Amino acid sequence: MTIFWIATIGTSLVAFLLKYSGHSVPERWLSHPKIQKINALIPIALLSALVSVQSFSEKSQLMIDQRLVGLSAAIIALMLKAPFPVVVLSAALSSAAVYNWL
Amino acid sequence: MSKVASATFRDSLSVSLTVGAYGVAFGAAAVANGFSVLQSCLLSLLTFSGASQFAVIGVIGAGGSAISGIATASLLGVRNALYGVIMAPRLQVKGWKRVVAAQVTIDESTGVALGQEPRGVDAMRQGFWYTGIGVFIFWNLFTLAGALGAQAMGDIRAFGLDSAVPAAFLGLVWPRLTGNFERVLAVSCAIFAIAMTPILPAGLPIIATAFIAIAVGLKR
Repeated sequence: MTIFWIATIGTSLVAFLLKYSGHSVPERWLSHPKIQKINALIPIALLSALVSVQSFSEKSQLMIDQRLVGLSAAIIALMLKAPFPVVVLSAALSSAAVYNWL
Repeated sequence: MSKVASATFRDSLSVSLTVGAYGVAFGAAAVANGFSVLQSCLLSLLTFSGASQFAVIGVIGAGGSAISGIATASLLGVRNALYGVIMAPRLQVKGWKRVVAAQVTIDESTGVALGQEPRGVDAMRQGFWYTGIGVFIFWNLFTLAGALGAQAMGDIRAFGLDSAVPAAFLGLVWPRLTGNFERVLAVSCAIFAIAMTPILPAGLPIIATAFIAIAVGLKR
């Protein structure tokens, strides 16, 4: 078996076990009010982290590029209470425009 | 379709399409790093977690061992376990449905589901399934296209896809920033994650912010 097959199968196996284990934690572990509070804060933390990392980095390198323009367009759209697809589209279009023509 | 269901469906479809299209980049990158078309497609079908997939092909392509490739990818996959803990009580599924739910538990399905919270738990469940299965379909189709050398689309940046994904995450977190406390937490976590990105292995800066949320939640 080549290194590529070992990596493909091994990664897939561990990935599924991790996903499945998360679904198998007993529900009562999560009923405590503190846990509920934390449960509401975690997505704010993770989603915000995903926004900045996906906007300003490339393979562990910090980077400012056309995505800054896309993100700014998204912020403006959100402040104008635009619906979700408009937010995403304005980011994509402004970013593509900067990338292609600047 | 009710108003709520169609709004949830729209959110899910936007994310599925934009994220799924990244599969082209993965398929092309996998083949460029020495993986076969079959192996590239299997990674998308079975691992089905973009960051983990990019990590394993990156490490192997750079000459790393199978073990280090698997370890790096798995480190990134830990956050899917956390997402499972968040989603399980809302999904309430058993047997083969839990197996399917686990497989589609990723950033996007969890993110869209959590973004539907103001619309109720049914909308969260719908958002999870629509997005999980939607991303799965598009991600795998686009992986195949990319792996088959469809580099005709070439640079995804020319289509603005590199900005669409963070914009989607921003659109999901925005409605949750209801007070100053939430806004400060969001900005702090965004700054922390980007500041740690050059220092920690890819993926860790993101999962680390979950622990910030836990610490803050315990104190409060």
